Amino acid sequence: MEFNKHSLDIDAAKATDDLCRTIREQVRDRCKRTGAVIGISGGIDSSVVAALCARALGPKRVVGIMMPEKDSSSDSKSLAQILAEKFGFETVEESISDGLTGLGCYQRRDEAIRSVFPNYDDSYMAKITIPTNILEKESYNFFELTIEDKEGRSETKRLPLKAYLQIVASTNLKQRLRMTTLYYHAEKRNWAVIGTGNKDEHEQGFFVKYGDGGADLKPIAHLFKIQVFQLAEYLGVPEEIINRTPTTDTYSADTTQEEFFFGLDFYRMDMLWHAMENNVPPAQAADVLGISEEQAARAYANIKRKIVATEYLRMQPLEISE
Amino acid sequence: MDKETVRQDIRGFIEETFLFGEDTDKLNDSDSFMQNGIVDSTGILEVTSYVEEKYDISIENDEMVPANLDSIENLSNFISRKANG
Repeated sequence: MEFNKHSLDIDAAKATDDLCRTIREQVRDRCKRTGAVIGISGGIDSSVVAALCARALGPKRVVGIMMPEKDSSSDSKSLAQILAEKFGFETVEESISDGLTGLGCYQRRDEAIRSVFPNYDDSYMAKITIPTNILEKESYNFFELTIEDKEGRSETKRLPLKAYLQIVASTNLKQRLRMTTLYYHAEKRNWAVIGTGNKDEHEQGFFVKYGDGGADLKPIAHLFKIQVFQLAEYLGVPEEIINRTPTTDTYSADTTQEEFFFGLDFYRMDMLWHAMENNVPPAQAADVLGISEEQAARAYANIKRKIVATEYLRMQPLEISE
Repeated sequence: MDKETVRQDIRGFIEETFLFGEDTDKLNDSDSFMQNGIVDSTGILEVTSYVEEKYDISIENDEMVPANLDSIENLSNFISRKANG
């Protein structure tokens, strides 16, 4: 196939019309629901989905639920409100900090962090990152834990298995409680929950099973992140949201999605992935993106590995068939 | 450290942990864990935790690569190199 710098450019007007028609059909005909509930974080994905739903169903059939907790960015709420004003839908704020405290989210997470850094306490901020750039070497995706004190001094260690699993299990309570809250608001209105994950997140497994992965429809799960940006521009999503660096909004220290999970900037990752899906030889993709053939091949392998390794997350409950 | 002893120990660990002790003859020492779907990225952490504890060695970040960890053979060679190095 022809592969060039614009291979992932979309006709945003047509894509929007198609998406809106599909959202209407799926909510009304498949889900038999009469509106859309969306968790809005001030991030670009949830903003685009909310804007699409408001256009598809009318803003009166859309509600955006803001679900901050004590580690959330302070600007998430104001950005979500700017979005709601722009597209004319109602918002509801549900703080989930108390619920998470009740579930032991923070206490269990901190216990695991202290098993790695015994001096860690409330005065520190913490984050998990992937230290590798996937172009530079063929490495496994492992995680490092970084803690930062008030003076900005930081310490970093690779996470051992037990601490890693406990931190992930604890922090995943955040996404699962958000899903529970969304279904409360959906059921009380007889509306559907709309997922906000894009293709990068959905297929590489950057979501929590039955957390943010729990939804009735996922209208942008087939779109690369860089295509979500194109839709955002077309739909008129506020610039503050479009220009914000995508973060996990899960850890107390700011963590970009690139350093937390993907290990590569969105443009190069999406382009390399698209090339791989269309059997473009690594050398050809490398030429277009100004990297070496070896780097392109490494990225192909890394992306493939993530897709295979996260199959479990996308799997529906298995049943014993006859 | 005797490389054959290491190989047998690693084989035993992989068979018991990831294969539940079944169909163990289908796994060759040179088979890739990842490509054969035996171990995923979390499984690799399980492998490294076992190796670090059992052999009292520290695996550095730049050693977290398939060439060192992705098969019984690679792992045994890596452990022998580290332990004797």
